[in-house]
Parts: sequence; C-alpha cells; structure tokens
Amino acid sequence: MNNSITNQKALHDKTIAEILAGLNAGEFTSVEITQHFLDRIKQLDGTYNSYITVNEASALAQAEAADKRRAEGDVPALCGVPIAHKDIFCTNGVRTSCGSKMLDNFVPPYDATVVENFANAGAVVLGKTNMDQFAMGSSNETSFYGPVKNPWDTNTVPGGSSGGSAAAVAAHLTPGATATDTGGSIRQPAALCGITGLKPTYGRVSRWGMIAFASSLDQGGPMARTAEDCALMLNVMASFDPKDSTSIDREVPNYTANLNQPLAGLKVGIPKEYFKEGLNPGTEQAVRDALAELEKQGVTLISISLPHTKLAVPAYYVIAPAEASANLSRFDGVRYGHRCDDPKDLRDMYMRTRAEGFGDEVKRRILVGAYCLSAGYYDAYYRKAQQVRRLIKQDFVDAFEQVDVIMGPTSPSPAFEFGAKGDDPVAMYLEDIYTIATNLAGLPGMSVPCGLVDDKPVGLQIIGNYFDESRMLNVAHQFQQATHWHQQTPAGIASEAKDTEGAE
Amino acid sequence: MEWETVIGLEVHAQLATKSKIFSGSSTAFGAEPNTQASGLDLAMPGTLPVPNEQAYRYAIMFGLAIDAEIAKTSVFERKNYFYPDLPKAYQTTQLERPIVGAGHVDIELANGTKKSIRIHHAHLEEDAGKSLHEDFHGMSGIDLNRAGTPLVEIVSEPDIRNAEEAVAFAKKLHSIVTSLGICDGEMSQGSMRFDVNISVRRPGEAFGTRTETKNLNSFRFMEDCIALEVERQIDLIEDGGKVIQETRLYNGETKQARSMRSKEEANDYRYFPCPDLLPVVLDDDYIESIRQNLPELPDARHDRFMEQYGLSSYDANILSGDANMAQYFETATKVSGDTKLTANWIMGELSARLNAEDQSIKHSPVNAEQLAGMITRLVDGTISSKMAKQVFEAMWNGEGAADEIIEAKGLKQVSDSGAIEAMVDEVIANSDKQIDNYRNADESKRPKMLGYFVGQIMKASKGQANPQQVNEILLKKLNELI
Amino acid sequence: MTIERADIEKLAELARIELNEATIAETTQSIADVLALVDQLQAADTEGVEPMAHPTDAVQRLRADEVTETNHREEFQAIAPATEAGLYLVPKVID
Repeated sequence: MNNSITNQKALHDKTIAEILAGLNAGEFTSVEITQHFLDRIKQLDGTYNSYITVNEASALAQAEAADKRRAEGDVPALCGVPIAHKDIFCTNGVRTSCGSKMLDNFVPPYDATVVENFANAGAVVLGKTNMDQFAMGSSNETSFYGPVKNPWDTNTVPGGSSGGSAAAVAAHLTPGATATDTGGSIRQPAALCGITGLKPTYGRVSRWGMIAFASSLDQGGPMARTAEDCALMLNVMASFDPKDSTSIDREVPNYTANLNQPLAGLKVGIPKEYFKEGLNPGTEQAVRDALAELEKQGVTLISISLPHTKLAVPAYYVIAPAEASANLSRFDGVRYGHRCDDPKDLRDMYMRTRAEGFGDEVKRRILVGAYCLSAGYYDAYYRKAQQVRRLIKQDFVDAFEQVDVIMGPTSPSPAFEFGAKGDDPVAMYLEDIYTIATNLAGLPGMSVPCGLVDDKPVGLQIIGNYFDESRMLNVAHQFQQATHWHQQTPAGIASEAKDTEGAE
Repeated sequence: MEWETVIGLEVHAQLATKSKIFSGSSTAFGAEPNTQASGLDLAMPGTLPVPNEQAYRYAIMFGLAIDAEIAKTSVFERKNYFYPDLPKAYQTTQLERPIVGAGHVDIELANGTKKSIRIHHAHLEEDAGKSLHEDFHGMSGIDLNRAGTPLVEIVSEPDIRNAEEAVAFAKKLHSIVTSLGICDGEMSQGSMRFDVNISVRRPGEAFGTRTETKNLNSFRFMEDCIALEVERQIDLIEDGGKVIQETRLYNGETKQARSMRSKEEANDYRYFPCPDLLPVVLDDDYIESIRQNLPELPDARHDRFMEQYGLSSYDANILSGDANMAQYFETATKVSGDTKLTANWIMGELSARLNAEDQSIKHSPVNAEQLAGMITRLVDGTISSKMAKQVFEAMWNGEGAADEIIEAKGLKQVSDSGAIEAMVDEVIANSDKQIDNYRNADESKRPKMLGYFVGQIMKASKGQANPQQVNEILLKKLNELI
Repeated sequence: MTIERADIEKLAELARIELNEATIAETTQSIADVLALVDQLQAADTEGVEPMAHPTDAVQRLRADEVTETNHREEFQAIAPATEAGLYLVPKVID
C-alpha cells in the first residue's frame, strides 16, 4: 500500500527513504532523478535563490557512477541519492564561497570530511546552497549572493544561516542538504521553512573542511523533510575524524534503529523560560498542541527551569565573535580569495582586502570580537562569558538528571519579512534565543514542523542529552508518524498526485 | 658612577621532529619554497590542527632537564597579529598554562664562578614562515615551509648580569637541547634564536626600562650586541635621555643595531584559548616514563668525563658541553686509546680550524674516526707531531684517512734503531771539532750543545727520524766518547 | 560602557578592516548596541566558576610524528592572488 502512494509522488516530492526504495526497486535511476532535480532547480531557483553553485556535469557524472555501482551490487548507504551541500563545506574543484565576496573566487583543492563521507556513501551532489555570509545571520540577508526567499512566502526570510539548504529542501529542490549550526543556523531555518533539521552533539560531525565561524560552537548536521531522512543522512555525516582535534572518538550508532520505539514513559522537560514574553502566541499554541499530541503517546511533561537562559544570547555574542575575529583573520588576500586592486603597501592591502571582502555583519562581529578580547576587556567580557557558559551547561546537566529530552519552540516567531530586522542586529540576535544555549553547552538539538501560523511553519525544538541523537530522532519520528505537519508544503511546491510520473 | 646590567633571555629552539607541530608536513631544512606547506600551514579555510606528540615529548624532556614542574594540563592559545609570514594571522602558542613551569639552568664562568639562572617557564608554539626581501618588482616573497615548525620558547628570569653570563647561559641551553637530542642546535639555520632583553640600573635600584633585541643566532653576535646596547643605554641616560621600551634589530655583520619599525605600536595580541585544540592532559606515568629515558645531561656528563678520563674540570667542560663534541671526543678516544692526546687535538687544532671556518663539529671535515686514526700513528711513533699537523691538514682537505696520507706523502718516521744508530755514527764521525768542544765543555753546558748533532741527524734522515730515539741514541754514543 | 569613534578606529586597525567614513557613525552605534546586549553578563554571579572554553570535557589527542603531507604547491598556488618562483607575493614587507 505504501508503495502505491510512493509511486504516485513526483520524484522531487519523495523523501530520501522513498528515493532509496525507488532506486532499489529499479523504478528510476540516479541519473533520472538527478536530472529531474537539476531541471527543477533551473526552472524554479530563480525565485528562491537557494543555490549559489549548481554542478550539473559533476552531479550527472556522480549519478552515473552511482547507477553503475548499484548495477554491480555495490550499494553504499546513500547510493545515487541527490543532496546539496551548504556552501560552507569545502568541495574539491568546486567554488566554496561561504556566502561571501571574500571567497567568491575560492576553489579549494580538497574536500571537507563531511563531503568525503557523502561521496563515500554514493550520494550525488546537486550543488552548493546559499547562506548568510560566513554563517553570520539569522535571515540569509547577509549573503553576498543575495537573500534566499522562503518558499512559503517569498516576501519572508528563510531563516539563517543555513537558509539556502532549508529553502532548497522546502521547495523540493533537493531531498536533503547539509547545514551547520553555530547558534541555531540549522534549527531556526528548518523551523521557518517547515522542514526537519538536526544539530548533533558537538564533536559528532567532523569540522574538517567546514569553514570555521566559531570553532567551539560550530557543528554540521542534516536537513531534510523527515526525521527518518535526517537519520539516514546523519548515519553518513557523523564520523570520528582524526584530522579534527574536537571530533569525538565514539562509535556512530545506526540512527534509524530506534525510530519506531514507542514513546510511552518518556520524560519531556518543558523549560518555563522558553515560554515567556517575546514568544509569538501562535507559535506558543502550536508548540503546546504538539506537546499535547506527544502526551497522547504516553510521554510525561515535566516543567523544568533553565535559570541562565537569559544570559545565553549575551554570552554567545561575546564567545562567537571572539572566536570569529581570529578565525576570519586568515582572509588577508595573501594566499587565496579576494585581494584588493593595486595595494599601495602591505597595510593598505590588508585594510582594503578585508573591507571589500567582508559584509557589514561580518565586520561588525569581527570588531565586537576584537573588543571583547582586547587588553582591559578580556576579563569583563570573554572570561565572564566563558564562566556564564559553564553555568548554562550546568543548567542542562541538572535538567537531564530529571528528563530524557527537553522541548520548546525553536524560534520565537514564524518567518518575518525581508528588512524587518535588518537594521537592528540585536533584534536579529534574539531570533536564536531558544537555540543558542545548546550550542554553548554542546548539546544536540532538532527542529521539526509542528504547525502553521498564518500559513507559515512553526518548529518544535527537541533538545537531547549528549550523544543522544537516536532518542531525539525517535521522538521526532514518532511525532511525524502521528502528525502531518512535516508533509505540508508551500503552495505550488508539491505536485498533485494526478501530475506525477510513475503512476499507473 | 657604577651601572649594573640586567639581562633576560627568550630563547626559541626548533624541535627536531620530523613533522610540524600541527600538521604532517616535513620540517626538513632547505626545501624549495612552499613545497613543505600543507593546507593547514597555508591556513586554508576549514583546515584544523592536531598536535604532534613528539613535540610535546621533547618539551617535557627539556622541562625535566631543567628541573621544572611539568604541567599536567596545558593549553594552546591564539596570539593575534597580522603579518604575511603568519598565515592564520594568529600564532598558536601557550600563555597561561604552558607545558613547562619554573626551573633553573646552572652556568659556570671562565673564572670558575657558578651561577644558577632561573627559568620563568618554557612553552610550545609554532614557528612563522619567512619573508624574503629580495625584490620581486617591489613586492616581497613569502615562503611558508618553516611555518608550523615546533618551537620551545624558553623564558629566563632577569638573572643575568653581563654578556659573559648571557653567553654561558645560551651555550648551556644549547648544550642541554643538543644533549637531549630535541634540537639540532644549528644556529646558522636558525634552529636556535635568542631574544635579549637588556636594561641598566644603578645597583640596588629598581629595574630600568628594557629593550628587546630579537633573533640573534650566534653567541658572538649576542656578546657584541649586549656590549653595544649596554653602552647605548648608559650613554643615553648619562646624557639626560631615557631608554624607551622598544624592539631592536642587531646586524652581526655590520655590528650595528637599530630600532624596529614600531611593529609594537598599539600591540594588543588578544590572546585566548584556541578553540580548535583541547587541553592536553598528561598523567604521571607518561611523564615518569620520559624521565626514565632521559639521555645523559651536560652536568652529569661533565662529572663523568672528569672521573672516567681524568680530565680537568675546565677541559671536561669544553669537551662535554656540546653533545656533538662529547660524542666526537668519546668516539675518538675509544679508537685512539690516548685520552690526553685526543683531548688536546680536539681542543687545539680541531677547534681552532672549526672556529676559523665557522663550522660545527657535527659537520667537521675530519671525523672522529679519522682523527683517532691519526692519533694512533702519533702514539705508535709512525709519525711525529710535526708530521701529524701535515696529516691533519690533508685530512681536512679530504685527502683520505691518516694511513693513506702517511703512505701517499711518505711521511713515515724512521724508528729503526739500527738505521738511526748508523746516522748518529756518521754524524759523529764527521764532526770532530764539535765532538772536541763537547768533550771539553763543562757538563752543565753540554745539553745545549746537543742541538747541533740532532739537527744534523734530522737533516740526514730528511726529518723522518723519530726525535726521541735520536736523542736517546745520541746521548748514549756521546757518553761513550767522553 | 560607552564606545566611541576612536575605539572603533582602534579595533578596525587591530582587525585590519578599513572603515567607511560615511557609515562609521552607524557602525559605532550598532556595535554600542551589541555591547549593551552583552553587558547583561555583568549581572551574572560567576564567582568561583571556572571559565569553559569547550562544550565537552574531552582532552586533546596527540598524533604520531610522521610526515603525511606531500607537496601540493601547484594546486595551492593556482588559486593565489600573486606568486612567483614558488613564493607568495605581497607588497614589500618592511621590518
């Protein structure tokens, strides 16, 4: 029965699980589905601007190779499945811009470990997705390549910084995409675009070849339409990488293994601080409805407190800019990337190269970071923020003594219009108020669609204990078995059943 | 009025690892530019550091050698500044939690005075690349082969009071790191570089303002530079001026120093813990196993040389100070079997030649076995001391081993007593007048008259007669005639 | 904590970013806003709290001392702004 429904779907409406089933059943080839997505990107992405670079030739070559492997009986985990990479992951021979002018001409001669992992799993890379410049932003408005449009309402932002990946998944321009999350950059755009996104435990996914924003906070993760697809992607994406000193040497479990476990008896912590002023009432209602749905499945909701929540945004906006200010110093016009024209001396080369190559938000954060580390301010800002960071982590450690997962809203409100917060960095920073603390603590977090407010998606956030991604995915999957929110698509995206190919 | 000089040293020693501190690039010296610069060394986006265990081990060995506390937890930090030879625009180094804590290095001066110089701490860090200043159409060239070479930076307390102490301290450090085998000690290749902090004060007063002269890579330059800077500071103050805190550059060739363009202007390095690296945590067993396997240190070797070889403290100091020198001496002594002669040759002729040509003993054209081969022939009487100098010269010029040279040059000393007797007899027979004089001379004057006969005999032997035998036989014959 | 134009100029020098004369006032204001946000930290009681630089308690792995990299100069320099004779070229470095 399931199969017949699957068969009625257009190729671009299929989930990764369904694509794997179709490829396995010989319903279509990787070349066919890859070409289908490439055509669709060409046709529609002018509207969404979700891709910076599309690799038509190499995608088809990879698809052909995958089909050949499959025919020979060598079928790795994602053999022939098209995906997209956020343009923060270095791709050998393919421009990796990080959404910036600084790296507009940068073609790395190496692959990120994540990129390598997907290649080894037989995945096909459609292209590189748009993003806030150097992953700094919550609306995708800081991209050098222009903003990404939210497929639900092209007047609104897709969230950021992984807005391109989120919009591409939401607009069915790829079934799944890689993304990164430093303060909410996977979860917030996933929420705003009505898709599923997962930020793993810090150290679970290699950061090698992923252009650093804030090294102690950055973590790569998957975006897709379902929790099951995220599990399939995370199976490939997660690895222990000896090249990354912060990578954790710990076995990667099969993340799909526990998806179907019943939730009865699960203890869900509801932090009271996540339901205070600033939260959109519609968003709150959708989240509360979702929690009620889970209660029906037998989970116990337990009110908890994360008392230092209010300090998460201030601590983050010291630590992240401080690390970024050093991480982005390498962009100096000497060895790669942008260099200004006709520098009159060395200083001039540095000053103009960096002024021209970086956008306003990036410059702002570099200056803030330099300030917080500078002589006389280090203790008051950087050291203080690192102390607060420990308090925030301790809040979670205490909470996880009582509960299995923590839930709440992913972001305070649904997608906002372009320019709504553009002039006010502080308002923009508060977008990540519910997501930032998990980055500071290094915990895994997810966002799953849980409702619509004024036809705009709302995300339910699931925060897990360290390395408890399996449990988060289990909860998300069970929620998605019982609800239809993740199947909702923006108007005009999903094909009607009667239009689909493959139907009898 | 009197002035007191106060000196502190910061010493950078390149660690003799095969690969760099944070990447798998080779550290070999002298490669084509940028052929030993990996993505990490070039600070390519997304690359990440993983520390080299051997660099850690070497730093710990140094710490143990200077009797310092080894930090169980040490942390790498980022020191931020822009410079083209620093690709990340930050240097990964240690500040608050260095691997090696406080220790001391003991020195001995020429007059026998001993002094302990306190070490504030020593830390691990990465070296920078090189800016090549030859002109590329008004541009500079950057070579990043050296970028990421592991360094241990050794920071002394301001316990040094003059140039002699500074040089003794620097030499002792050189001796320690080469004895440990953690640094090749090749100063001319920049393997050890010295930054000298100098100030002057009236005895008993607080420290004066100091200047820092960077990157001295020879003991002689250090000595000259200190003399120059001390004089400059004293003159400045005595003329009513003030020393300003600055970084200076010393040119050893021109013997001139100048203030560096104020790189230090508004320097604010914004150190913070490197988020790409985790704290390095060591356990006691690890440190203890390194301690157990420490090679012989210079002080222990000095004492052993005195005892085992019967050397004076002064000679033992010279021969044991440099690990390569010590190894050379021990190898040569073992082969030649004559400690005293071997020691004299190494400290005399060999050292003089090495100094004259600015060579290290490690690269000596005459190796230990060759020198010992020559000494063996000296001991067994095959050659005379005078001939030995000729043999040494030929060996230095690469003409082969001592025996080959002796053979080729026909330098064999005549030690056949029959042949020598014949020559003595002939000279006596042809020297009636001198024999008469000898016979009539006062006994006390006779020894002085021997010179004539020896000269004649040596002339007859074309210089190859064994002088000692000549003396013995001549005396015996002359005594018979009296 | 007030931040002024001179502070921003100093930071821009440290970070080697040329400021745009036309927007410097705006930049100063927005950075002042961000610093006002982070100033909320000052209210936190952090006495005796050890600063936390990494989210996990993991410790550093050390790698064996082996040369694992090979020469890729041509690939790396193919994407460089200016090179000659294997060197990266920059405006004259003056010590």
